Amino acid sequence: MSLARSPLIPGLIALIGALSLASLVVGPAPITVPMALKALVSDQGAASIVVREIRLPRTLLALMIGWVFGLSGAGLQGLLRNPLADTAVFGAPQAAAFGAVLVIYSGLIGTLSWALPFAAIAGALLSVTLVVAVAGRSATIVVLVLAGLAVGSLAGAGTSLAISLSPNPFAVTEIVFWLLGSFEDRSMIHVFLAVPFILLATILLLAAAPGLRALALGEDTARSLGIHVPRLKVLIVAGAAIGTGASVAVAGSIGFVGLVAPHLVRSFVGYDPARTLVPAGLAGAALLIGADIAVRLIPSQGEVKVGVLTALLGVPFFLWVIARRKAELVETPA
Amino acid sequence: MKPHRMLLEARALSVSFGENRALAGLDLALEPGRFTVLIGPNGAGKTTLLRSLAGLIAPGAGAVTLDGMPLARMRLSERARAIAYLPQGGSIAWPLPVATVVALGRLPHGERPDALSLAGRDAVADALRSVGLQDFAQRPATALSGGERARVLLARALATQAPVLLVDEPVAALDPRHQLVVLNLLKAQARAGATVVAIMHDLTLAARFADDIVLLRQGKIDAYGSPGSVMTAPRLAAIFGIVTRILQEAEGIVIVAESALPEA
Repeated sequence: MSLARSPLIPGLIALIGALSLASLVVGPAPITVPMALKALVSDQGAASIVVREIRLPRTLLALMIGWVFGLSGAGLQGLLRNPLADTAVFGAPQAAAFGAVLVIYSGLIGTLSWALPFAAIAGALLSVTLVVAVAGRSATIVVLVLAGLAVGSLAGAGTSLAISLSPNPFAVTEIVFWLLGSFEDRSMIHVFLAVPFILLATILLLAAAPGLRALALGEDTARSLGIHVPRLKVLIVAGAAIGTGASVAVAGSIGFVGLVAPHLVRSFVGYDPARTLVPAGLAGAALLIGADIAVRLIPSQGEVKVGVLTALLGVPFFLWVIARRKAELVETPA
Repeated sequence: MKPHRMLLEARALSVSFGENRALAGLDLALEPGRFTVLIGPNGAGKTTLLRSLAGLIAPGAGAVTLDGMPLARMRLSERARAIAYLPQGGSIAWPLPVATVVALGRLPHGERPDALSLAGRDAVADALRSVGLQDFAQRPATALSGGERARVLLARALATQAPVLLVDEPVAALDPRHQLVVLNLLKAQARAGATVVAIMHDLTLAARFADDIVLLRQGKIDAYGSPGSVMTAPRLAAIFGIVTRILQEAEGIVIVAESALPEA
């Protein structure tokens, strides 16, 4: 089945279109679908403010971040030949949050500065590099997950510590922002802050596609087939870190989208790790925008954080993958 | 397709892993059209030598050259078209269809598995047929037995149609029938002009199929030549620690391993 003729990508795009529309409509202020579309392109007073300034930014953020998470997850799973790989499993969102919190609480910058994504990216880069380096050529899945757990825990503790030590009286609210991501109350400024990084991450990750395919047969075979494996690692690690860092900088830490998305699409593309990338990105976008609509519909006082929902759904999924592949966890090199 | 002929040489090749010297100033010229088998006890440096010949290990000193050109100076894609390498006990990470795995052997020619040229499609079909897996093309490679998977991976290396073919223990996982099929196949590749080098532990099969034997010991070549000249009972006793009986048959020598000598 060639990708061009497969209904997978058009199907996912249609799904994302429908969900995006729903995302513009769903919320406390009742706006109909025709009204939402009209308010988007022309001035309809209050409706336009709600649609353009409240719902459009969160819709765009959910799309972009879901896309880059799905892409990163598929890239890392391909690189490490391991269905449990993901930035969230490697503690990257926590590390990115730690990076961001460090610069904010050191009083260097405000929350809408360009330095923020850079600090978050540095944190994410450190964690992903660390885990990939510890995993090396022949670490088992267990080593990989444990290394990620350690990095994530350390970064989470660092974030809490930095906030506890800060003179800011609103520290507790801030901890919630960084540890549990959300798209609530984001503006177009957040979108513009993240866009360049998400684009860069996309380019890096897609450039890795041909090499990922050869890597399915192991590092030595890939190299003998003419793939520059160190370059491939840099592309994927940098792409995943930049995407995660930029996302966390504007939305806080959101996990497990990248873990789940590739699994949803892999069987449709013949398990080819290169052809998994784009559909996984689209599936990630659909998942995250779906989750962001769901948190608006869950009846509660104030919105449930979208990061909570993705973790609630993602962790059982993670356990399910482990249970299904238990036998391999003992010995399979990553 | 007839591969064109290429001479693969190691010159004063040394490789070290930290303190441990795996290859110590080794010279070796591998002629096209010959099937050479590397033998030696565990840790003699066989896999290190084969990976060096494939250009996967940068030599500490010396060089590996292909028709006089150092591998380190070749472009990766050029080297990949010239040298096909099959690692030992290779794994397949995802349940890719067998045909896709074999088609990965066309990557050095710039052909993606889902966009093969006509020549590429022929090469994949030929390779599958030659290992007897033509009916397995659409099966997930991870659902096969160990021996079938080993043949799929060999077919992947064959599909490149490279003038040099380096294979690490190609028959270790195979049943007796497929051991013969694969060894005949490797020999046929050599007869067609390829430079074929394989690592093997089965001395009897090595003696029977190899044109030349390279006997490695502690990172050096202990002996290089025809099976009859290299594999003598005193030498096998000294290097492998085994007592052998060597029979002279019309087709060549037959090695019967009789007993293990006590540890020296």
